[in-house]
Amino acid sequence: MISPELGPILELRGIRKHYGRHAAVDDVSLKLRHGEFLTFLGPSGSGKTTTLMMVAGLQQPDSGQIILAGKPVDRLPPYKRDIGMVFQHYALFPHMTVRRNVAFPLEMRGTPRAEAERMVTAALAMVGLPDHGDRLPRQLSGGQQQRVALARAMVYRPALLLMDEPLGALDKALREGLQLEIKRLHREQRMSVLYVTHDQSEALTMSDRIAVFDGGRIQQIGTPSDLYERPATRFVAGFVGETNFVPAELLGREGEARRALVAGVPMPVSARFLAAPGTPAVLAIRPERLRLSAPADDDGGGVPAELVDLIYLGNARRFVLRLPGGQEWSAVMQAEAAEAVMLRPGDAVRLSWNEVHATAFPA
Amino acid sequence: MSTRRESWPWLLLLPAALVMLVAFALPVGMLLARAFTQPEPGLQNFLLLWERPVYLQILGNTVMIAAVATPVTLLLAYPVAHAMAHGNPRTRRLLTFLVLVPFWTSLLVRSFATVILLQRRGPLNTLLMNIGLIDAPLPLIYNLTGVLLGAVQTLLPFVIFPLYNSMRRIDPTLMPAALTMGASPARAFLRVYLPLSLPGLMTGATLVFISMLGYFVIPALLGGPRETMVGQLIQDQIGQLGSWGVAGALSFVLLAITAALLGLLHRLVGLKAVAR
Ligand SMILES: Nc1ncnc2c1ncn2[C@@H]1O[C@H](COP(=O)(O)OP(=O)(O)OP(=O)(O)O)[C@@H](O)[C@H]1O
Ligand SMILES: [Mg+2]
Repeated sequence: MISPELGPILELRGIRKHYGRHAAVDDVSLKLRHGEFLTFLGPSGSGKTTTLMMVAGLQQPDSGQIILAGKPVDRLPPYKRDIGMVFQHYALFPHMTVRRNVAFPLEMRGTPRAEAERMVTAALAMVGLPDHGDRLPRQLSGGQQQRVALARAMVYRPALLLMDEPLGALDKALREGLQLEIKRLHREQRMSVLYVTHDQSEALTMSDRIAVFDGGRIQQIGTPSDLYERPATRFVAGFVGETNFVPAELLGREGEARRALVAGVPMPVSARFLAAPGTPAVLAIRPERLRLSAPADDDGGGVPAELVDLIYLGNARRFVLRLPGGQEWSAVMQAEAAEAVMLRPGDAVRLSWNEVHATAFPA
Repeated sequence: MSTRRESWPWLLLLPAALVMLVAFALPVGMLLARAFTQPEPGLQNFLLLWERPVYLQILGNTVMIAAVATPVTLLLAYPVAHAMAHGNPRTRRLLTFLVLVPFWTSLLVRSFATVILLQRRGPLNTLLMNIGLIDAPLPLIYNLTGVLLGAVQTLLPFVIFPLYNSMRRIDPTLMPAALTMGASPARAFLRVYLPLSLPGLMTGATLVFISMLGYFVIPALLGGPRETMVGQLIQDQIGQLGSWGVAGALSFVLLAITAALLGLLHRLVGLKAVAR
């Protein structure tokens, strides 16, 4: 669906926005490719909405450039930008029927009546609400209202679709259903989408790429597996998925380090080592990448730990482990593998990992 | 048991209902009845209204003044209510305070103060002349301008509060949403915001219009002879001439006009379609 040959549909260059002396958005640059689904992921207050609002033209950046479909739009008001937007609380017009709501953007564009009617019918069918056109928004459930909002934002085929936590007001089951629905619409309609969420599993499920925001800055931008497997900063490692952190000290020379001291034990680490040798570092490793073994089983390699608790997760088991330094780690294994290791709470274990899965950051 | 418990809230309404009955419905009913009974039974009081053009003229005047004051008040109140509904809490508190301040002073005192302010050699004219905006004093009082200035000033709160009440229910993302869909601010306002504020606008308009029809302190103090309103006429009929019959007939016609106009207004705007 992504068409690289067309160039970026949206480009942000060094966007900044201050509220008073506080930088809400701080030097954000990115490119959104044609047909791409890009998600802004980040904690509350990290500047996701503010960035989206500036793309929409509803907020003005203090500096930087916004280029939409090849043209700078900095001076264009929202109603002259070719965008569609879906809001968290739907923002349907309560005094208009569903059909009138969906027809509104077409009417604003002067689409001929008959053609507009046809497009509205098609848009309502697309979101699975062909028979709800004559209802008022308040006569629909939250999920249905958001479908109408989607139809309304897509009916005029804007160059770029913006969504600010569109599923934030819905319960979990509905949210997962609509995630798939939005993915389907994105695929079928070949739209370029900028999506905002603070739910990392939603971001991983839906996105072609994710931009992780913190403190008004993009910490990392990449595919879901880039972020998960190769986090660029400690923040990303902690925010995207679950991670075990432990203090570590890098051994060896700059650029050649392959081992680090973890709880007094030299352990292998990734060649992509992000901390300088001799300085305090933090090692990050995913729960599902930890290997557990009984101390007697091997040659004494690995970090010693105690199994504190074993939590039953149905398809998997979670091992709660205590390291000599007192940190608690978590390891997750599929049911079959977990049962094979035959460990019980109170047992001593040894932890090891493949070096490619352990990343270190400056402490 | 249960029926008794359910009837409780209704019993609590009884004292208010009694007060309304004794202090409002009965006297008004009696006044209206006198239109048909005094000095003798019949329709002679209404015939009198019909035969003396001055009465009809004053009735017409009254409706006209109310009809001018209403949109002026609405127009002035709208941005204030909007700022109260969508501004930050400090703005809201400040505006609420400012809107309520006039209530701390009696209508009579305020009207006399307005007389002083607006008179030929009053502070307003002096100021305008001193800064060179005008050469001769403007006739601001004892005419329609005076009545409107006085009336609008007292009526503003009655529009601002119902409007504010309507507006704060309007989702503040609706206007930005309309803009992203290609509506200019003016079109977004006309198609989205204005219709949603209509219930408050209607309530405010109704209150202003009806209050205005019955005004008599303000036209008496700030108006000239041409701005005589029905309220003053009724007052004169009773206070100076003792003719309760004519006063009753005037009241009857005033009530009928009010009811008719209100019915028309609500039918035209279709209140049900917008009331949430
Ligand atoms: N109108 C405003 N005035 C002052 N500060 C603001 C304003 N809007 C946003 N901010 C501040 O800018 C920062 C970024 O806000 P923004 O709404 O973009 O965050 P967000 O990432 O969308 O958060 P959330 O997940 O809670 O929606 C926050 O610190 C916020 O307090
Ligand atoms: Mg937000």
